[in-house]
Amino acid sequence: MADLSTTIHKLKLKNPVLTASGTFGYGVEFDDFLDVSMLGGIVVKGTTIHPRQGNQYPRMAETASGMLNSVGLQNKGAKYFASDIYPVLTKYNTNILVNVSGSTIEEYISCAEIINELDHISGIELNISCPNVKEGGMAFGTSCASIDAVVSAVRSVYNKTMIVKLSPNVTDIGELAKAAVSGGADGLSLINTLLGMAINAETRKPVLATVTGGLSGPAIKPVALRMVWEVAKAVNVPIIGIGGIMNATDAIEFFLAGASAIQVGTANYIDPLITLKIIDGIDSYLNRHNYSSISNIVGELQM
Amino acid sequence: MRKTVRNLKVISNLRLNDNHHLIQLQSSEPLETIFPGQFANLLVENSAIVLLRRPFSIYSVDYKENTVSFFIKIIGEGTRVLANSPVGNFISTMFPLGNSFTIPNEREKILVVGGGSGVASLMILSQALCDNSNEVSILIGARSSTDIVSLDQFSRYGEVFTTTEDGSSGLKGYVTDHPLLGAQIGRFSRIYTCGPEPMMKAVAQRANLNSIVCEVSLENTMACGFGVCLCCITDTTQGHKCVCTDGPVFNINDLKWQI
Ligand SMILES: Cc1cc2nc3c(=O)[nH]c(=O)nc-3n(C[C@H](O)[C@H](O)[C@H](O)COP(=O)(O)OP(=O)(O)OC[C@H]3O[C@@H](n4cnc5c(N)ncnc54)[C@H](O)[C@@H]3O)c2cc1C
Ligand SMILES: Cc1cc2nc3c(=O)[nH]c(=O)nc-3n(C[C@H](O)[C@H](O)[C@H](O)COP(=O)(O)O)c2cc1C
Ligand code: FES
Repeated sequence: MADLSTTIHKLKLKNPVLTASGTFGYGVEFDDFLDVSMLGGIVVKGTTIHPRQGNQYPRMAETASGMLNSVGLQNKGAKYFASDIYPVLTKYNTNILVNVSGSTIEEYISCAEIINELDHISGIELNISCPNVKEGGMAFGTSCASIDAVVSAVRSVYNKTMIVKLSPNVTDIGELAKAAVSGGADGLSLINTLLGMAINAETRKPVLATVTGGLSGPAIKPVALRMVWEVAKAVNVPIIGIGGIMNATDAIEFFLAGASAIQVGTANYIDPLITLKIIDGIDSYLNRHNYSSISNIVGELQM
Repeated sequence: MRKTVRNLKVISNLRLNDNHHLIQLQSSEPLETIFPGQFANLLVENSAIVLLRRPFSIYSVDYKENTVSFFIKIIGEGTRVLANSPVGNFISTMFPLGNSFTIPNEREKILVVGGGSGVASLMILSQALCDNSNEVSILIGARSSTDIVSLDQFSRYGEVFTTTEDGSSGLKGYVTDHPLLGAQIGRFSRIYTCGPEPMMKAVAQRANLNSIVCEVSLENTMACGFGVCLCCITDTTQGHKCVCTDGPVFNINDLKWQI
């Protein structure tokens, strides 16, 4: 048994496998399938200060080796999360992070302030990369000035671990990563979904009600790997790799590219037990290659 | 009612017509109780293009033999692969998912209306209604007689009526042209329906006009099937609800249908 533990700033993870926001609900939806406490951590659904109904439907289109979604941050708001959902989550013995989103800097701040009060939440993941909301969301994540503004504003009210989740819908992710770190990010997670679209040739209409949506799943893994690798070269904070991870080999590739931990997204829908299989698979890989710990392979891409 | 993911063995695959198959799967362990209207999410293996599971209503269940069966209409790659599953293969299944139709036990007169692959969820529904001493009438609508399959099975649970658009079986026209949904509708205290949305809306409208309780089983594109992705919502009087967990069965009074 290799040492699978890893750290992301102040977060001690028993293993490097977390779940991606929006793909694992609040964890409780998986109670029938697995013991959530066995995971390195979970990142719960995108949370905003005000409740959001999300977008109209259809919200999903399957595409080659991937899926487009346009959920649009449907959630009941930070206050409801704190009063009704959070108490249930305290049963889990793992790191719980809340994915925080907003339309204005003030909304990010108010949301982070509420989450800051919750002892059992070990950190936040700042979502400045949602492609599915008209205002804010990704708009914050695509220019260095706005990243710095929103990250440093939240930093001033949030004192636990703050991860910033980067958008792939940019030209130079390294520069944006630097802006997030200079704003005060303790770690970076990437990537969020890639903006895409699907068309139904028979009806001559877009498949999604919102026309465009976010692409996830195995189709985006090569893009995600490249971006993790670029960001790892640009900054010195821990990176959480996300994008199309379906099995342990995919996860290992992200570690080699420079990620200290990974998040599993779309794969949870297909196999709700996939995270446990990935943890086991990482362990076998390390044993097979005679590595004693996960840290032995982080960033160890052989050029 | 714990949801599980398990590999079930294909023990029979019946080709009903050109594009409909009935596949029966067997579990090596006892099955969870399945309620009428619930569905399963099946994994499509050996396909280069299908990523997500595909939802199918549970057509029938046998707790003695630990079998469940699915009525599959081929419309694309996923259904094509699943419908052609060879006997002996294993299919990864996730179930039971979703809510269920209300089963009264006060000898009510209930009309069950189905169309297309929507008839799939109505078999165990009719059985449960019948087992609970309700009087069931079953109305199946289709384009043509060749699209109507498994009628003899339905007739075990109630009287069966059909309508076809080309008049090749039963009354010519749509289900809503049938007297059961016209002059005779007052007989029923409940109408349950599953099928294409325009059909369900037309049925719901008749039920609504006559103040008859009406439950409909909706479909939507689903990524997870267990309430996680929020891709499958529908508009209700209480805001967006997930078809996979709050549904697929809804009372029409809770939907925002213009009927
Ligand atoms: C709760 C539920 C229960 C279901 N029960 C059954 C059942 O018992 N038997 C059965 O045969 N089918 C059932 N369906 C529908 C079935 O899930 C779809 O036909 C299947 O997912 C299509 O997969 P595919 O890969 O063959 O088609 P795809 O290649 O994914 O799609 C082919 C075409 O059909 C369209 N399409 C895909 N899914 C749907 C849908 N749900 N409604 C309308 N159009 C769609 C696509 O947009 C595309 O144009 C059910 C669906 C739901 C949500
Ligand atoms: C249906 C759906 C909803 C999502 N919701 C969120 C969200 O609320 N906040 C967020 O930061 N990312 C969200 N994501 C993005 C995922 O967290 C992840 O970054 C992305 O799906 C890529 O990983 P994957 O390819 O493993 O799915 C969502 C993804 C999907 C598919
Ligand atoms: S299909 Fe994912 S929430 Fe319903």
